[in-house]
Amino acid sequence: MIRIENLVKTFGAKRAVDGISFTVERGEVLGFLGPNGAGKSTTMRMITGFYPPTSGRITVGGYDIVEAPLAAKRLIGYLPENAPSYPDMTVRGFLDWMAAMRGLEGEARKKAVARVVERCFLEPVLEQSIETLSKGYRHRTCLAQALIHDPEVLVLDEPTDGLDPNQKHEARNLIRELGKTKAVVFSTHILEEVDAACTRAIIIDRGRIVANGTPAELRAMSALAGAVTLRAEGATEEKLAALGRVERVDGALRVYPADKTASAELTRAILELAAREGWKVESLRVEEGQLDEVFRRITLPDTVRK
Amino acid sequence: MKTVWTIARRELASYFTSPLAYVFLVIFLLLSGFFTFTAGAFFERGEASLAAFFAWHPWLYLVLVPAVGMRLWSEERRAGTLELLLTLPVTTAQAILGKFFASWVFLALALALTFPVVVTVNVLGDPDNGAIAAGYIGSLLLAGAYLAITCMTSAMTRSQVVAFILAVVLCLFLILAGFSPVTDLLARWASPSFVDAVASFSVITHFDGFQKGVIDSRDLAFFVSVIGFALFATGVIIRGHRAG
Repeated sequence: MIRIENLVKTFGAKRAVDGISFTVERGEVLGFLGPNGAGKSTTMRMITGFYPPTSGRITVGGYDIVEAPLAAKRLIGYLPENAPSYPDMTVRGFLDWMAAMRGLEGEARKKAVARVVERCFLEPVLEQSIETLSKGYRHRTCLAQALIHDPEVLVLDEPTDGLDPNQKHEARNLIRELGKTKAVVFSTHILEEVDAACTRAIIIDRGRIVANGTPAELRAMSALAGAVTLRAEGATEEKLAALGRVERVDGALRVYPADKTASAELTRAILELAAREGWKVESLRVEEGQLDEVFRRITLPDTVRK
Repeated sequence: MKTVWTIARRELASYFTSPLAYVFLVIFLLLSGFFTFTAGAFFERGEASLAAFFAWHPWLYLVLVPAVGMRLWSEERRAGTLELLLTLPVTTAQAILGKFFASWVFLALALALTFPVVVTVNVLGDPDNGAIAAGYIGSLLLAGAYLAITCMTSAMTRSQVVAFILAVVLCLFLILAGFSPVTDLLARWASPSFVDAVASFSVITHFDGFQKGVIDSRDLAFFVSVIGFALFATGVIIRGHRAG
């Protein structure tokens, strides 16, 4: 649904987005990760037609956002960063107006408003003016606006920002749910959200894509991935050293295999060794790798990395 | 066209959800009454016309029209709703026209509320109502020209105050170019053709005919081109921000 080729955006001398390419299909939820200022919002603003790209090509549902902006924009629901809305309008007035701007009329408009009000739990504040709402409600009002025309493509810039933990949970569920039938792109810098909602994640740093894969694939990039952590009475580093590099962590021993994909063999070998030596095993865990470690390792500036 | 109307409807409604609209209407009516009857010596003239009423409009609008139009774009930029508006399936032109028309309709409403002066002059004497109608048309066009300029300045900045001041300064130029004390001063050292050329950029020069009841196509063309140019410039500015 979204196809991006060699996207570049410069502001003066600064290259905010520097040659990004990716695609998002229906049924996918793409998490867009990166440190602040990496170019996440700029990319999203280009996808939604707010910023024209300096070079490169974006098509949404086959329509080029530069050449056929109206047709492309009709397919997109967009939640901009900081969830802006018109503070002097009531929630109902705002959603009704948004529906009208999307070309919905009469009964269809009423139904659309009722549907998103239910979906985003806005019933209690429907007649309040937006300026009197809490941040969470304001955010949900803007999210409701993005869903009003039941778009095929959803672009959400930090959809969980400013929500409390319960609301975050709801929002993630909603995103996952929506991702079953739509193409969803959302940006975040909360890594748990990648696991909670995404089918695929892209990490960008200084305008470039530095990683692209499923959450599991990204985790596997971690140095920790595939290692086996053993907690056992009697276990010693010397005996385990034959199986791989060993490290002592909080009283447990962690063995890193030479080949990350061979963690099953390693586990079996450790268990056999423990049985032979008569160690009392308390726990044995295969490490999946940690996203935040991957994230930090690939997005840190070069100077800090050394 | 429908989209333009939808945008205009929201904009117009937002005037009336804040006290600003009512304050503006009251101030406009009070001031236009004051200028007409006191400063303009309406009764002492001894003629059944609204010359005293219309003559003050270029000055009255100078402050009031920028006050009405200053938030049109600057507020959208400040609040970030510009992003929301321009990622909807609308063209920049539709958004500009929608906002412009909303404010213009509001100014037309303010102008319409001055109907008591028309009633008064008709009760007191036998005025040329055709000339009065022409005056109203001219006044509305004048307001439109100022408003279009305010749209342009509003698109330049996030600050309503800056937009207001810029608009007042630009509109003041449009007045002064044809204001007789200024043209008299210019005439002392410049050739008459130069003075005329400068004065032809002034709203005073072109509003004059309407006040006398003459709708000249050149005056009409002047106001329409000021509006057209300023709104076109608004579009260029808005696109310019996003192009980076």
